[in-house]
Amino acid sequence: MDRVKLARDPARPHFRDYIRLLCSDFEELHGDRLVNDDRALVGGLATMDGVKMMVLGHNKGSGVEENMEANFGMANPDGYRKAMRLAKLAEKFRLPVVTFVDTPGAYPGREAEERGQAEAIAKSLEFFAALKTPVVVAVTGEGGSGGALAIAVGDTVLMMENAVYSVISPEGCAGILWRDGAKAPEAAEALKITAADLKRLGAIDGIIPEPKGGAQKNHAAAAKLVKDAVLAALKPLMALGPDELVSRRRARLRALGAVPKAGA
Amino acid sequence: MGWFEKKDKPSIPPEKAIWAVCPKCAGRFAKDEWKKAGAVCPACGYNGRIGARARIAITADEGTFEELFREVSYSDHLKFRDAAGTYAGKVEAAIEKTGETESVVVGRCEIGGHKAMLGVMDFSFMGGSLGTGTGERIVRACETAMAERRPLVLFCASGGARMQEGILSLMQMAKTSSAIGALKESGLPYISVLTDPTTGGVSASYAMLGDVNLTEPRALIGFAGRRVIENTIKQKLPDDFQSAEYLEKHGFVDRIVPRAGMKDFIAKLLGYFGF
Repeated sequence: MDRVKLARDPARPHFRDYIRLLCSDFEELHGDRLVNDDRALVGGLATMDGVKMMVLGHNKGSGVEENMEANFGMANPDGYRKAMRLAKLAEKFRLPVVTFVDTPGAYPGREAEERGQAEAIAKSLEFFAALKTPVVVAVTGEGGSGGALAIAVGDTVLMMENAVYSVISPEGCAGILWRDGAKAPEAAEALKITAADLKRLGAIDGIIPEPKGGAQKNHAAAAKLVKDAVLAALKPLMALGPDELVSRRRARLRALGAVPKAGA
Repeated sequence: MGWFEKKDKPSIPPEKAIWAVCPKCAGRFAKDEWKKAGAVCPACGYNGRIGARARIAITADEGTFEELFREVSYSDHLKFRDAAGTYAGKVEAAIEKTGETESVVVGRCEIGGHKAMLGVMDFSFMGGSLGTGTGERIVRACETAMAERRPLVLFCASGGARMQEGILSLMQMAKTSSAIGALKESGLPYISVLTDPTTGGVSASYAMLGDVNLTEPRALIGFAGRRVIENTIKQKLPDDFQSAEYLEKHGFVDRIVPRAGMKDFIAKLLGYFGF
């Protein structure tokens, strides 16, 4: 549970902090071109050490006012549709996509359901699996279930040392399986949600180290580590042709959770 | 003892109850009557839950269903245990109770004479939860369908991703969506039938990706749970929230098809698509 608290620490760098520290240039692009601009999922063109790319990320916001506007990084369907629109644009111009994942989850709201939260996430998964441009994912804080996964389907998935990534929050799991929300620490332990756990389970490809005390203690140092890891992951991917890239990505997804025969 | 001191009646365990109560309209029917109606409520039309085998029996042409991948089962990657015991123990109990070995049954069949690959989820198996075994069966169904040029038809019913397999359950959403995408890209039809209930990680992956999304009257379809939403927005939601009818109104299902007509409607779609 300590790791969970670390991952959720408001003092950790957020999407706009990473963009500011990693990118020499960033031009935000708004809107899903359908109904809305979701402030919880932000994207735009960026340059990182001379590499041009499209960046996407959950925006938790810093400070209460920004938190509220950004809905604490909990996206509506509009956010996922914006992400797909921008990624499609990146694909057209052969720009790689880099995503920053940090969300408690997709927003459980009324309009979210009415505008097809399930469909938006499903579509995103199908879409990113097939995208003909490299996708590198960095889980920087909380990987909150489907809401996180919607922008975490990529060629290489990295996770910061103190981030967490889970199918359900420990509190939610405790409520259902322990019938006691206070058992969140037991649930967190059982769910195996740390970067080290995920690496061992084959769910992520690499762990990004953090400065001593965590990213929250030193934003600049944390950002440098993220940048190095992201660019190192991008390099080999940029050399692959689009069909090879997709084929490789589909194979990677196919292998998740290799399953034994019954009775094994 | 006066009437005001009367204690609550002891509740009757489900196996001993002689009534079936419709969960949507609370209508009461003799259990035999409910079963005879194919779990379709005579009062309100709600298409109630049925198991995978019962669904296969009313969907596949007689004698054509050939089960595949039964040997594919769960994985206890996390060695998960909670207050009630181990995950392995829980699955073994589900296998014993239902006779199924996972939350989805897949196989070849014909539907109204049209060759198809059929997958049917079973809510009675651990709430139809999506685990690594479920995901693997669905992906193999996609791969076989592509190799044999068969359209894919999936009947979905699920409470969501299976917590006990942790992040690997979540990943099944991506794994299945990728396979479904490849199948659709190859020119094959994918018909998704969202049955009561289709929620969480299943609604947010393959269930919503049909070329055509079908559903049944009054089915519950949604992403987040009603209570969670009400607690978040601090408002009551309309009674028909997350119902099949609500989803049709809001544009996310192509047709609501009553159970008796579902098989023929699927066959008709396949005919239209040239399969």
